[in-house]
Amino acid sequence: MHAVGSLEFWIQQLINALGLGSQYALMAVGLAMVFAVMRLINFAHGTVMMGGAYIGLLLLQRGLPFPLVAAGTILGAAALGVLMERIAYRPIRGAPDVALLLNSFAVAVFLENIAVLLFSPRSRPFPMPALLTQVFHPWGDLFIPSIHLWAFGGALLALGGLAFFVTRTRIGLAMRAAAENPTAAQLMGIEVGKVTLLAFAIGSAMAGLAVLFWVAHIGTVQPGMGFEPVLKAFVACVIGGFGTIPGAVLGGYLLGALEIFLQGLLPSAVVGYRDALVYAVLIFLLLVRPGGVLGHGEAERI
Amino acid sequence: MEKRSGSEMKAISVRQGWLWLGRGLGGLLLLGLYLVIERGGNAYLQRLSVLFLINLMLVVSLNLFTGFTGVFSLGHIGFMALGAYTSAILTLPVTAKAANLPDLPAPLASVALPFLPALLLGGLFAALVAGLIGIPILRLSGHFVAVATLGFLIITRVVLINAEAFTRGTRTFAGVPPYTTLSWAALWAALNVYIAWRLKHSTLGLQILAARDDPWGAQGVGVAIGRVRLIAFGISAFFTGVAGGLWAHFLTAFSPNAFYFSKTFEIIVMMIVGGMGSITGSIVGTLLVMSVTELLRNLEPGVTVGTFSIGPLYGLSQIGLAVLLIFLTAFRRQGLLGDREFRLEALIERTEDWIREFRVPWKASSVREADPFMRR
Repeated sequence: MHAVGSLEFWIQQLINALGLGSQYALMAVGLAMVFAVMRLINFAHGTVMMGGAYIGLLLLQRGLPFPLVAAGTILGAAALGVLMERIAYRPIRGAPDVALLLNSFAVAVFLENIAVLLFSPRSRPFPMPALLTQVFHPWGDLFIPSIHLWAFGGALLALGGLAFFVTRTRIGLAMRAAAENPTAAQLMGIEVGKVTLLAFAIGSAMAGLAVLFWVAHIGTVQPGMGFEPVLKAFVACVIGGFGTIPGAVLGGYLLGALEIFLQGLLPSAVVGYRDALVYAVLIFLLLVRPGGVLGHGEAERI
Repeated sequence: MEKRSGSEMKAISVRQGWLWLGRGLGGLLLLGLYLVIERGGNAYLQRLSVLFLINLMLVVSLNLFTGFTGVFSLGHIGFMALGAYTSAILTLPVTAKAANLPDLPAPLASVALPFLPALLLGGLFAALVAGLIGIPILRLSGHFVAVATLGFLIITRVVLINAEAFTRGTRTFAGVPPYTTLSWAALWAALNVYIAWRLKHSTLGLQILAARDDPWGAQGVGVAIGRVRLIAFGISAFFTGVAGGLWAHFLTAFSPNAFYFSKTFEIIVMMIVGGMGSITGSIVGTLLVMSVTELLRNLEPGVTVGTFSIGPLYGLSQIGLAVLLIFLTAFRRQGLLGDREFRLEALIERTEDWIREFRVPWKASSVREADPFMRR
């Protein structure tokens, strides 16, 4: 551990924050896209990650090379997201907010326990190739886990691609129109149903990418693994402003930085309370800046 | 007061008679049920009954806030945890404290309260915390409150895990005196249901319901929405905390994992099944959902039908709950009763109506029109 306040300390913290923030950003984007097109806070987003991870594990156990395992994880998560939209959310489109939220809770509990049923509640090791788990020591005490670089690079590519897609393609434009005003978009001939499905597919694929980095971090796969990330993604969305892609990305990186710096700076007696502080920030932000740091809107108040 | 004819007055007194007869029969039935379970000596049934009563308190309390105000709380199990740990710490014998909680601060380390004051303090502590967090949180609306209360639940869990001097952290908090009996649970559950019922039919209750159904209109006639919501939140947290205390003294050993998401989910499903805002619905919902989960839980170790057998099915009861909730949100969002109540008066009126039609079927429609009590 570096002395608090030294240059190396700050560089180390920054690297960690970027690595963690990239994962949060990837997770939060899916949540934000789904919220934008159907006003659903999709708590089952985390179980999409879990499902992707198990699909990856099954492929790995078949002895497939890692790039194929990674592709399978991402595609598996996307497929799961699409199925979820078709089966669970399509029938209740337009229901009150809270009904949608509860439904997504139910879907999350359902999928998690299906995983318990299929794979047992125990956690299973998910061996990652050395390329993802090695640690570099460029100089001094500084250490850079390669997973941080992969996460940062992966997020840069994926989020850059997403930015191009939503701003420069017709279907991306349609998606933004549907998020802005679904009725008007429908009247303009945009198939909102298809756009929603696409939002689920892309968001879930991002979650599938994120879960690869997440699993490389914790080393195991377990049915309940999606719960913590989805909450974090959720906080990220609130920080950046709910329902916007730039907000989710910024919120993801801010949350990563907040966690890493709290971890590094809090005295060891209270460092266990870090997550309590993070959620206190969430509640505080909901009250004073419900539109997030990028937002400008007023809260939905009584 | 409108004038009533002699026959009308007679109809009212007859109806009052039926009402009291119904109440008496219902009371006797409950008392009989209680005695059969209490004296019957079936430990499994007694255990289930106590858990049912505690769950009932949790559901009615949640409904008292969420159903009446329309504001969704995902954090109520946090209040349950506060009540459970508070009353458990307060009643733990001093010697057990020295052994299990050596770092407990001085005044707490040397006291061991009786059951009732500990329960009350647990409930009051939960209500106090509800007041503190309610003031900011209840200004929000829609799913933002749901999210903020979920944040509260997570914060509670983090605090429980880290405040090791008080809670033993993630380790099991054991040795709580087994004070909770069927009678204690029954008394508290009855009190909880009664208070909720009185609240719903009081001026304050009407203000709360009005604020839910038409916030602008309610504000227009002078309902202080924030204040009435806060009162409901506090009462609800109090009973949830007491239910937590009863639960702690029933199980006698628990850890922070008990007060998290799966319990939250279970209670919410029970409330939704019965109907948000309906107290009698909560009773039905709790009974129904507990029966289903208990049945599925018994299947979890595995089933053998003839030569065909299925291995362990862990998670089946949770899957059952989830499927139930998905179907409800899709097909019957108001639950079984909506926010209506099952009332003896309505049952009597309907029966009288039915009898009258049965006796003089050719006059049925005119009789119904003439009856001043028929409200549709």
